[in-house]
Amino acid sequence: MSTTTTTAPAPADTAPTTAARGRVWALARGELTLLARNKAALAYALVLPGLLTYSMKTAVKGVDLKGTGLDLGTMLLPGSIGMALVLAVYMNLVGVYVIRREDLVLKRLRAGELTDSEILSGAALPAVLLGLAQCVLLVVGVGLALDVSAPEAPYLAVVGIAVGVGQMVMLAAATAAFTRTSESAQLTPVPMMMISMVGSGLFVPLEVMPDQVASVCELLPLTPVVDLVRAGWTGDMSAVDALGTLATALAWTVLAWWAVRKRFPWEPRR
Amino acid sequence: MKESAIAVDGLRRRYGPSGSRGYDAVRGISFSVARGELFALLGTNGAGKTSTVELLEGLAAPTGGAVRVLGHDPYKERGKVRPRIGMMLQEGGLPPELTVAETARMWAGCTSGAMPVRESLGLVGLAGRADVRVKMLSGGERRRLDLALALLGRPEVLFLDEPTTGLDAEGRRDTWELVRTLRDQGTTVLLTTHYLEEAEALADRLAIMHAGRIATSGRVADIVAARPSNLSFTLPDGVSADDLPPPAALGALERDSLGQSVRLRTRDLQLTATEVLLWARERRIGLGGLDARSASLEEAFLHIASTVDTAQGETP
Repeated sequence: MSTTTTTAPAPADTAPTTAARGRVWALARGELTLLARNKAALAYALVLPGLLTYSMKTAVKGVDLKGTGLDLGTMLLPGSIGMALVLAVYMNLVGVYVIRREDLVLKRLRAGELTDSEILSGAALPAVLLGLAQCVLLVVGVGLALDVSAPEAPYLAVVGIAVGVGQMVMLAAATAAFTRTSESAQLTPVPMMMISMVGSGLFVPLEVMPDQVASVCELLPLTPVVDLVRAGWTGDMSAVDALGTLATALAWTVLAWWAVRKRFPWEPRR
Repeated sequence: MKESAIAVDGLRRRYGPSGSRGYDAVRGISFSVARGELFALLGTNGAGKTSTVELLEGLAAPTGGAVRVLGHDPYKERGKVRPRIGMMLQEGGLPPELTVAETARMWAGCTSGAMPVRESLGLVGLAGRADVRVKMLSGGERRRLDLALALLGRPEVLFLDEPTTGLDAEGRRDTWELVRTLRDQGTTVLLTTHYLEEAEALADRLAIMHAGRIATSGRVADIVAARPSNLSFTLPDGVSADDLPPPAALGALERDSLGQSVRLRTRDLQLTATEVLLWARERRIGLGGLDARSASLEEAFLHIASTVDTAQGETP
């Protein structure tokens, strides 16, 4: 060990303190390295949405889209984006939060200068980037393959994806709050994934469902996100509808945030 | 008087619900640590050391009493305190798949006024292991990485919770030397340990915790001076302990004997030893297993651990 280097304390109060953005980025960079080394999670998040989209193409072809105002492209593209958000952001992050907690990483991070929300954000950033990259790939890939026309109201799609990403992060943290071990983290995100796939219009449009079922499905977390993205392409959504849809998505995000504040465990329960 | 870096007043910490189902880990302790001082909290396992340190670090809110670190409440004013302190936790919490350098870089990005990563790794002798994944490190190397992270921000107050557990003798000496250097440069250090020699070697002052309370505190020399020395020996067959002059005549406080073994407790070891040896020479008695031992921290510690046990479990 060297004892020549000076480790004298920095003078009180004059030393620069880190900014929240710098701290979140430092943590995110570490997480990004970990994600790059976790080939299974990476492959799962990158390959699965494309694969599912491809295999669902045949199924959707069988759905009678007459009267829904949709075609194969405007049906499939928002669905695949929703799928990417669920798999790359939500499913991926539940595991990340639970494993970091089990490894006592969250406990250690809380001993530093990071605040709780900075820790959750920094750990989420790689999954968010992965999810956004997926969205871009799917827009280009599906767009070219199915010859989808240019979006009518792109801002609605952008808002939808942005709100969706935030919602997936908060729902992942909330799910992690109710997940004890990394083994159970394989199961706890499944209900949300199944409900979204079946009920949020990922591959079956709500328009072909019975009215009562459809009105319940409209209240599911991912439905407003898929609706907004779809409206981005069809341009078929009034401002009032857009605000209502947005309100549903934000309500889920706030509910999840509240659950995290109330009961997210920062260290493993013994 | 110097401003105190750490001030603790009537601190209490309770786990679980009120009543018998809860547990009082810290039961009203008070002490202060001056700037630039190295203070050790000693105690048996379960004495409440880590529970106390977590309150000082602001990782949890106390059930009662008050803590000030650098003049602020470390829990409620964490934003003012955290950038100026460093802490080495007892358990890892480092992502196993990151390398040593990546871990330090991540932590440096989250630390105010962080020194270069290389420099911090050099301080703890890990510069040569920078590209090794954390999962491949030995337990001792992990402790040293923990220490490097705690030092990254050149903290004014450094909390070290059992810093040398798992280190080999050489690693322990190196850590001691580093901690001394930090202290010499003005860092206030609060150290918990269950190695008595570690506290003896490093601490300016120490407190011995037992069952959630501070049983004694002060400078090592003062704590030791308050305890009597021991002179022990074995008498030959045919001579009994009752043949010895009374303890007072030997300058001793008391005498314990078991069969032929005798132990005298004394405040003046030289006087008692001289009197016993003169008595033995006059009578031409050979004393076996002669052992003259000054009071030690260990003796003081064991005394506390054995006598205060009766207080355990009560809630004042």
